[in-house]
Amino acid sequence: MATPAAAPAALDPTEEIMEIQMGPSHPASHGTIKFNLKLDGEVVVDCDVEVGYLHRAFEKMTEQGTWTQAIPYTDRLNYASPFINNVAFVLAVEKLLGIEVPPRCQYLRVIVSELSRLTDHETCLGMAATELGAMTVGFLLNEARELIYDLAEAISGARLTVTYCRIGGLSRDFPPDISERVTAAFKHTRALISDCDKLLTRNRIFVDRMRGIGVISQAEAISYGLTGPMLRSTGTNYDVRKAQPYSSYDHFDFEVPLGSTGDNYDRFLCRFAEMEQSMRIVEQALKNLPAGPVRVEDPRIVLPEKSKVYGSIEGLMNHFKLIMEGIKVPPGEVYHAVEGANGELGFYVISDGSGRPYRVRVRPPCFLAMGALGAMVKGGMLADIIPTFGMVNMIGGECDR
Amino acid sequence: MSRASLLPRLQELFGDKLLSAHDQCGDDTIVVGRDHMIEVLRQLRERPEFAFDLLADETAADYLGVSPRFELVCHLYSLSHNRRLRVKVPVPEDDPVVPSLVPLWKSANWLEREVWDMFGIRFSGHPDLRRILLYEQFVGHPLRKDYPVNQRQPLVPERDPVNQDWKV
Repeated sequence: MATPAAAPAALDPTEEIMEIQMGPSHPASHGTIKFNLKLDGEVVVDCDVEVGYLHRAFEKMTEQGTWTQAIPYTDRLNYASPFINNVAFVLAVEKLLGIEVPPRCQYLRVIVSELSRLTDHETCLGMAATELGAMTVGFLLNEARELIYDLAEAISGARLTVTYCRIGGLSRDFPPDISERVTAAFKHTRALISDCDKLLTRNRIFVDRMRGIGVISQAEAISYGLTGPMLRSTGTNYDVRKAQPYSSYDHFDFEVPLGSTGDNYDRFLCRFAEMEQSMRIVEQALKNLPAGPVRVEDPRIVLPEKSKVYGSIEGLMNHFKLIMEGIKVPPGEVYHAVEGANGELGFYVISDGSGRPYRVRVRPPCFLAMGALGAMVKGGMLADIIPTFGMVNMIGGECDR
Repeated sequence: MSRASLLPRLQELFGDKLLSAHDQCGDDTIVVGRDHMIEVLRQLRERPEFAFDLLADETAADYLGVSPRFELVCHLYSLSHNRRLRVKVPVPEDDPVVPSLVPLWKSANWLEREVWDMFGIRFSGHPDLRRILLYEQFVGHPLRKDYPVNQRQPLVPERDPVNQDWKV
């Protein structure tokens, strides 16, 4: 800012570099985030992105309870795709335990992960379109999201805070009528998504706001550690589901949509195409769903049946030890990554052999994407921050933890 | 990821610059001294046989009571070879400074700000080492094991709603 002693010419609003603060509570940005902007007219000269408004000490809190008690916290990291966070955390712990869950459990984990990817992309695209004035799309995609939330409710009992996975399995099997419910929900979802496609993909206003905006080159994107749709929009084919398949992702036939220019429009198209691929995976998994248990049979890891807990002293002791002391994870450290809706979601866990985590580190995909946002909006117009920020799809809980 | 481990090649190349190496649970891990870390990481990024072009994560761990107390942990990923590698750097408690990785990977910028914020490890040569998730007035580094979990640091004094009159 100009000092008071400066010449009057420096106070001319057309000459002066203006500093404004956008956020942390701004009607056109979903999520609490602050942009400290330097503007020359409407052109962004510099943008300092400030995060941390939703910091809830996830990593510190996980060190206070048992391994199982950390699972509910993971739901609340990315509340647009809670299942994926559940799956990622338990897979990391299972890798350290050296166990593999039964095939049915692996398939069910794939199904819930892909349902979460759908809700995440629907949230992202619906909100981004609403912020650009296409409110109808926001409503349509919210309706589509509700259909998936209903499925999540039928599966886990909760719509957002699902806490569905357990170390060594799942909290429960799917309800028997899930196949019909998914078929009905997907039929409706496909109709809604097709409507959104007609409303947005070739809409002149929308395309003009998205194409060529927020461009990031492939080399820059890799250097900034971007993953997921952000990286794939630059034409880099990296999807953890294909590169390092986990939880039987290699059993399914699906495509990874790629962009070419690395702008907002490509990110939009990548996410849009991924929704259809997610539905394909869910349909294949439901069609070929293996029978069998959904938990490993190991009393050191999985809670005993309720009949054993109430009917035998061994069962009661087993239950008590697991609840009070936690699962004894062997000492060591692992990093396990899954493909979150926003990119590579990794958990780095350290165990000291007691029943509590020594350290749980989550590698949040959108934290790194937010690190690149400042460079992506620099040189653009003030109003273009909104679509670029929308396509980064920051989820406050995951970014700030 | 079922290919042969990278570790023999790394040991051959870097020799006694590696303090130790292991592949627990299939995760290749090397431990590098602070003085050699930039050189080793630069080679890991630039040599085509490794090509670790993505710094997936950079974080730390606090082993209170052990010397050296901290460990800086980097997770590298190579897009072309589809490989992961963990590089750990011991950091002593009395001099918690390590060279910054920002010249090698831009993602290190925010990740190192977070490590500084949470663990109090400083990065020499970092362009903009401010707190990131917490506010500048915050005292201490909360992910250190000796930071009490229920400590509160309100910016505005807290009011006790039971024992204090609301009308004050």
